[in-house]
Amino acid sequence: MPRRRPHLSNFACALLGTAAILALGPAYAAGAIDKQDFGQIERGRYLAIVGDCAACHTLPGSGHDFAGGRTIETPFGQLVAPNITPDPLTGIGAWTDDEFVDALTKGTGRDGEHLYPAMPYTYFTKITRDDALAIRAYLNSVAAVHNEVKVDQLPFPLSERGGMAAWDALFFTPGEYKPDPNKSADWNRGAYLTEGLGHCGLCHTPKNVLGGDEAGEAMKGYNLQGWFAADITDDRRRGLGSWSVDDIAAYLKTGHNRTAAATGLMAETVNLSTSKMTDSDLKAIATYLKDRARGQSDQKDFAQEPPPADQNSMKSGAQIYADECSACHSPSGKGVPGLFPALAGAPIVQQTDPTSLIHVVLRGALSVGTPPAPTAPEMPAFAWVMNDDQVAAVVNYIRNSWGNSAAIVGSGDVRKERDALRERSD
Amino acid sequence: MEAETWRFLPTDFALKSHLTQRYGANFLPADMTIQDWGVSYDDLEPHYTEFEYLCGTSGLAGNLNGKIQDGGNPFEGPRSKPYPTPPQKQGYGHMLFAAAAKRLGYKPFPQPSGNLSESYTNPLGVTLGQCSYCGFCEWFGCANYSKASPQTTVLPVLLRKSNFEGRTECEVTRINLDSTGKRATGITYADSSGEEYEQPADLVLLCAFSLFNVQLLLLSSIGAPYDPQNGQGQIGRNFSHQTLSDALGFFAKDKYNFNPFIASGAIGMCIDEFNGDNFDHGPLGFVGGGYIGQVQTGGRPIQTTAVPPGTPAWGPKWKQALKDNYLSTINSPGACHASMCSYRDNYLSLDPTYKDRFGRPLLRLTIDLHDNETKMSAFLTDKFAEILKEMGAKQIVKRPRKGPYDVTEYQTSHLNGGAIMGDNPKNSALNRYLQSWDVPNLFVVGANAFPQNAGYNPTGTVGALTFWAAEAIRTQYLKNPGPLVHA
Repeated sequence: MPRRRPHLSNFACALLGTAAILALGPAYAAGAIDKQDFGQIERGRYLAIVGDCAACHTLPGSGHDFAGGRTIETPFGQLVAPNITPDPLTGIGAWTDDEFVDALTKGTGRDGEHLYPAMPYTYFTKITRDDALAIRAYLNSVAAVHNEVKVDQLPFPLSERGGMAAWDALFFTPGEYKPDPNKSADWNRGAYLTEGLGHCGLCHTPKNVLGGDEAGEAMKGYNLQGWFAADITDDRRRGLGSWSVDDIAAYLKTGHNRTAAATGLMAETVNLSTSKMTDSDLKAIATYLKDRARGQSDQKDFAQEPPPADQNSMKSGAQIYADECSACHSPSGKGVPGLFPALAGAPIVQQTDPTSLIHVVLRGALSVGTPPAPTAPEMPAFAWVMNDDQVAAVVNYIRNSWGNSAAIVGSGDVRKERDALRERSD
Repeated sequence: MEAETWRFLPTDFALKSHLTQRYGANFLPADMTIQDWGVSYDDLEPHYTEFEYLCGTSGLAGNLNGKIQDGGNPFEGPRSKPYPTPPQKQGYGHMLFAAAAKRLGYKPFPQPSGNLSESYTNPLGVTLGQCSYCGFCEWFGCANYSKASPQTTVLPVLLRKSNFEGRTECEVTRINLDSTGKRATGITYADSSGEEYEQPADLVLLCAFSLFNVQLLLLSSIGAPYDPQNGQGQIGRNFSHQTLSDALGFFAKDKYNFNPFIASGAIGMCIDEFNGDNFDHGPLGFVGGGYIGQVQTGGRPIQTTAVPPGTPAWGPKWKQALKDNYLSTINSPGACHASMCSYRDNYLSLDPTYKDRFGRPLLRLTIDLHDNETKMSAFLTDKFAEILKEMGAKQIVKRPRKGPYDVTEYQTSHLNGGAIMGDNPKNSALNRYLQSWDVPNLFVVGANAFPQNAGYNPTGTVGALTFWAAEAIRTQYLKNPGPLVHA
C-alpha cells in the first residue's frame, strides 16, 4: 500500500460545530433527556472518557474542556476540532438530541452536510442511542465556552464536503453494534468498546488510498503522525499474541506492563482515556482483542530465522547496542519490568513498518505516568549521536536478536524518518 | 551526590553526655561546643527505615533487631528491617581491602548505597533501575534511574498530586513575620526576572540546603544571631563540616589490575571499628572517628587518576607514570570519612561586605580545623595505610587532613549546623521536631539541625529527620498548631 499518498480517514475530529457557528435561530433546543439526572450525566462523563473526546476537542493547556481549537493533522491537510460545549452560538447548545446523535453515528452535520471522518462516526455508528444521549447529557453539563473555531482548513477540492457522500457510500457501514449471541458478555462489551466508542481502528487499522479502512486488514497497524500504531491483532510476533488478557488490561490501565511502556500517541490515549476506564471494561477490551481474529492472523513467519542481514551491519549493531542501549534494556534485551521496556520478543520492535522504533531511537521517548505506575521513565534521543547507518544497524540488531525477526531496515529508511521528524514540532 | 546512605550511631545522638560519662568532662577541649541532639536513635529508627525503603538502599544489615548479622556492620544501631535491596557488587580493589581488613581482625561490610544493586519499586510506586557500575556517579546525575534522588523516588508522585504546585526558577528571599515576630505569615520569593511575589502561608517549611536555611533565618530576623565573642545567640552557631582524609596505594602493575572505572558512587567495603566511640579514646587524646574504606567511585580521566610522588606534573614522564599506575592504584578519596566536632569559633554569619543579586548579605562561613580533628585524622589515616600495606601496596602516600582549613581542597559538601536542634531554646534554634523555638509555625529541615557532625555521610540522617518532623507535623502540629515542645 502506498503509504504517503493522500487518503481521507485519518482525520481525528468532527465538524460538529460548523452548523452551530452559522445558526442564528432559537438559542436552545431542549432535548428529551433530563439534564438534572446525575446518573445519566455521570455515565456520559465516563463514556466521553472511553471515546476520548477530549483528545481532539480540548486544546491542551487551554483550561477549557471541549471548547475545541486543537489542530488535527491529516494527510490531506489540517482540521481544527470544533467547540462542543453547550455554548449556543459557538458550541452545540442549540442542537437537538437527534441532531447530536446523527452527527455522532451518521456523520451528518446539523444542516445535513457531511462530516469528515476525522470525526470517527464510522466507529461511533455502533454506539447505542442511550449511550449517545448520555454523552449528550454530560456535554450539556460542562461549562459553556464561547469560542468560535474555524474548523475547515482543507484545500480545495477536499473543502467540498459533497464528495463525502460518495466516500460514505464506499467505506461507511452505518448501524448500531449487534451483539454476537455465541460470545460471552465480556467479549461483546469488548467488541462494542473496541469497534465503537473506543475507535481503536482509527489509528490501528491500515487505510486505503482514500483513507477508508483497508478491507480484511483490521488492527494490523497504521502509520500516522510520525508513529506506526502497532499491530493489535493476535499475531504472536507483531501483535498481542504474546500478551495475556491481563497484560493488555495492565498496559491500558497503567501505560506499562511486564514488558512494555506506552509512549507517543498511545501515551496520550492512556493518559486521557484508558487509564480512567474501569478494570472490567479494560478486561473486556483485552478479551475481545485476544479473540477477535484468532486463527486468522498470519502465524507462518513466527519460527522464521532472522533474515540474512548484512552480517557486518549486525555486528556493528551489536556493538552499538552494548554501548548505548544495554545499560537500561539489559544485554539480553529483557529490560526492567515497569521501567525499561523489554526488546526481546517485543511486538513493537518487530512491526512490518519500523517507524516507531526508528522514531524512538532518533528522538528518545517519554513514557506515560499513571497513578499505579507513576515513574514515567524517559529514554534519551540518539539522533545527535548516531548517523543513519548506525541507527539502521542497531535497529536491525534489535529487530533480529533474541528470537526477534523482522525485515531489514536500510539507512535510507532512517534518513527519511530523520527528515520527517525534523519537520515535526510535537 | 554519590548516594552513600548511612545511619548515625546511637551514641552520636547523645554525644556530649556519652563522652562526658565515659571519659569525664575534662576530657573535652574547653572551646568544643558539642551537645546532645534532643532526639535519640530509637526515635529515628522507624524513619531511617522509611527513608531507606523510599530510596531502595542497597546494603547488608549488621544488627537486625539486636541480632548481629554476618557480613554487615556489627556496630550499627539495631535496625527493624533489613535493607530493601542487597548490597552492590564490589570491584576487585574493594574486595582486596575487605580481605586485608579481615586478616587484621576487623569486620568489613559493604557500604550502604543509594545506587541500587537491583531494580526496585518503592512504597510510592516509583521504580528505580539496576546500577550499571558506569563509574560516573560521583558528580553526575544518573541516566539509568539507578541513583536514589528526588526525581527517581518522590517527584513523579508529587507532581501528579492535584494539591501540589512547584514553582521553578524561583528563590525565596525572606520569611515574613507578623508584627509580634513570633508568627510567620508566609514568604517572599523572586522569579528569574527578579520580580518579587508574596506567598501567604499558615505553615512554612524551610527545606533549602543547610547553608541557605541559616541565611534565610538570619535575613528574616528569626532568632538571635550567634555572637562568637560571648557565645550568645543560636542562629549560625555550631557550624561543622566533615574531616576527610585518605592514602594512595600504589601496587605492582604486573600483579594487580583493579579496573577502577567499574564502580558506582557508593560502592565500597568499609570498617567501622574506628568510628564514633566504637573504640577507646582514653589513651588517644581526641574524640570522634569515622568509617574507613576502599570506596573508590571510578577511574575517570584526570580527576581520579594518581601518580607516585616525584612524577613531573606534565609531559611524557607524567603520561608514562599515569599509564603505569592507572589500573594498579587504590585511590579512595574520603577513605577516612570522619566526624567534625563543633567549636565556639566555627560559625555562620551574614557577610558585612558581599551581597547577592537581590542586595542581601551573602552568608559568611568562619571555620578552621582544631587539634582534636587533625589528631583524629592522622590516627585514621594510619589505620587505612596499615590496611593498604596488608593489601600488598608497594608504595603508600598518606594524606591526613591538616590545618589550616583550605577551601580549595574538596572535603565533601557536608556542611552542617548553624540552626541546630536541641532540648531547650538556650542551646538550640530548633526543638526536637525541627520546629523553630522562636516562630512555631516554621520548621527548618536539613543538616543545619546537626549539633555536630558524625563520621558518616549525612543524607540518611537528614532523610530520617525529615520523616520524623513530617510525622510530628501530621500527627501533632496540624491537630493543634503551636509549639510541640514547651520550653
